[in-house]
Amino acid sequence: MTLTMSLSQDIKQVRKSKEILLMTHLVLGYPSFGINRQVITQMVDQGVDIIELQIPFSEPIADGPVILKANHEAINHGVRVGQCLEFAAEMAAQHQIPLLLMTYYNILFRYGVEDFLEQTKENSIRGLIIPDLPPEEGGQYLAACRRLELAPIQIFAPTSGKARMATLAAHGAGFIYCVARRGVTGSPTSFDENFNDYIKRCRQATALPLAVGFGISNRQDVDLLRGKADIAVIGSATIRLVDQQGPEAVGPFIAGLR
Amino acid sequence: MSKTGYYGNWGGAFVPEILHETFRKLGVAFIEAKADPDFWPRYVELMGSYSCRPTPLTFAENLSRRFGGAKIFIKREDLNHTGAHKANNVMGQGLLVQRMGKTRVIAETGAGQHGVATATMAAKFGFDCTIYMGEEDVQRQRPNVFWMEKLGATVVPVASGSRTLKDAINEAFRDWVANMDCTHYVMGTVCGPHPFPEMVAWFQKIIGDEARRQILAIHGKLPARIYACVGGGSNAVGIFQGFLADNGVELAGVEAGGKGLASGLHAARLAGSDASPGVAQGYKTMFLQDEDGQMLDTHSVAAGLDYIGVSPILVDLWEQGRVRFSAATDDEVMAALQLTIRSEGIIPALESAHAFVQAFKEVGDLPPEEAIIINQSGRGDKDIFTIADAFSDPSWREFIRNKGEEYADGARQESD
Ligand SMILES: Cc1ncc(COP(=O)(O)O)c(C=O)c1O
Repeated sequence: MTLTMSLSQDIKQVRKSKEILLMTHLVLGYPSFGINRQVITQMVDQGVDIIELQIPFSEPIADGPVILKANHEAINHGVRVGQCLEFAAEMAAQHQIPLLLMTYYNILFRYGVEDFLEQTKENSIRGLIIPDLPPEEGGQYLAACRRLELAPIQIFAPTSGKARMATLAAHGAGFIYCVARRGVTGSPTSFDENFNDYIKRCRQATALPLAVGFGISNRQDVDLLRGKADIAVIGSATIRLVDQQGPEAVGPFIAGLR
Repeated sequence: MSKTGYYGNWGGAFVPEILHETFRKLGVAFIEAKADPDFWPRYVELMGSYSCRPTPLTFAENLSRRFGGAKIFIKREDLNHTGAHKANNVMGQGLLVQRMGKTRVIAETGAGQHGVATATMAAKFGFDCTIYMGEEDVQRQRPNVFWMEKLGATVVPVASGSRTLKDAINEAFRDWVANMDCTHYVMGTVCGPHPFPEMVAWFQKIIGDEARRQILAIHGKLPARIYACVGGGSNAVGIFQGFLADNGVELAGVEAGGKGLASGLHAARLAGSDASPGVAQGYKTMFLQDEDGQMLDTHSVAAGLDYIGVSPILVDLWEQGRVRFSAATDDEVMAALQLTIRSEGIIPALESAHAFVQAFKEVGDLPPEEAIIINQSGRGDKDIFTIADAFSDPSWREFIRNKGEEYADGARQESD
């Protein structure tokens, strides 16, 4: 991938040769930066297309028990925002796939929104996912992302209506993160008729690639998204795997997803 | 308000997309209720027939004599049904839930007063009810847990984070994002995303409306000062609203000084200099947080004040210089509590006793023709374990020991 293209162009390019892309997620500093390094290397080696690096926050209201615990343990071990940014820069220099930062707005707000985004750009990170920052509250963030050519990933939910999706899409870049269901991260999703209707509505609302996340944890889930979404997002599943079986289990798990 | 949901620079609605539509509909329902000429009278009638409103304004004659300054009046929110001002907000939101046609309510609680009030409202209106409460608070406010369960609510102890009020709020949000179609989140204070601060403030203004009428009737003029404890800020915003336009009335908020501001073990956001601007739990306010923006552990003997943030409405009034803030330590609170119980036969909640501390420090400076009002946000019955511990009450210990043995015997017999 060449970094001269926008994130959405990059994704569309890769999509030509892959029916579905994989985006994985991890919490920085959990269980340690050393293990994060191992996990990321395995993910990249197994062909993961995008990785979402979550900077821990003490009040992660959109996250379920697995990611919540990872956030709190990382903070309790003394993980600092500055370290996370340095680590992200190191990973971006080492690996060729697009990396994104995911965190909650207070982390940017305290750092200084402009400074944070400039640092993000300098670190060769391609975009950000901030689940508690709707466009109505994110004027400064959205403007700075545009100026710096960072993708401010917008989120669709099953509860988002047509007009709302249009508004969100107009502010988005890179791709749209479609939350598959109600609830927080970490529990299963049933990909039923309602889901299919929802994804159709998402597709109609934007020309940006669609990523689907929340409750995707195995090959069957990924297969169900083929032909519907562009990117399958694996979140809590890898964190749970590392907790239970150690970082070596990540490579084979990813290899079996697609 | 400059921008929707903002009070000066504070407030807003930092809400995940999944709740956007829920908040939009809640905002509409609230605006419609406010515009409905029957809604407020119905609310006032309900609070009269179900919850002892108007609550009295009691002249604290013995305390006034003791301090030798202004007359001390106590606004008796402890006499609300369920024992605190929390009922005002909860019954109001209950009427709103009926209008919205939802069937389940959830709430966070610290002291357990908001939880008990919500469980009570749910029992009366026929809603399912789940209450989230930090594990630490479950321990220290056990009587309220008992009553919530008896009222039919499910009480979920929250083991994450600092295991107090902020963590209970996070868990309530996590429930809501899964169940918003049938469920309303009854936010317990003037915090959280818009329209919660505005909505809770609107219901709680019943305190200030009454207090203003009462003090004018009894004392013949406005009070010199009003004191209220500040956790999230709902009882304070409630009573202050009756006097905001009266610039001669000084408004004093009292926060939890815990083991002293210098100790770091406190929950003083505006009284000290430890708090800084931040965005969490859906709104922008002054939070107790570190340089990275991670929220700190707070401490107070009063579970209801043990919270990282404070109402955006109060931060704005503080910036304008309209409301001043101080902090009361745990030790000062126990002393004020003891004095109030003995002098007036009134038992304030530990939260409310914070307001008494600051009033007692200052009332002697005012002349006898002036009056002050202390907002007694709740009654102290729920705090029986904490207060008994603080005074190392020997006969209470004896009683608990015996009760423990009785239960242990019972358990042994059952397992035989
Ligand atoms: C009796 C009492 N007073 C005060 C508070 C603090 O809340 P607020 O600041 O919203 O009035 C609580 C909260 O639980 C309470 O139970």
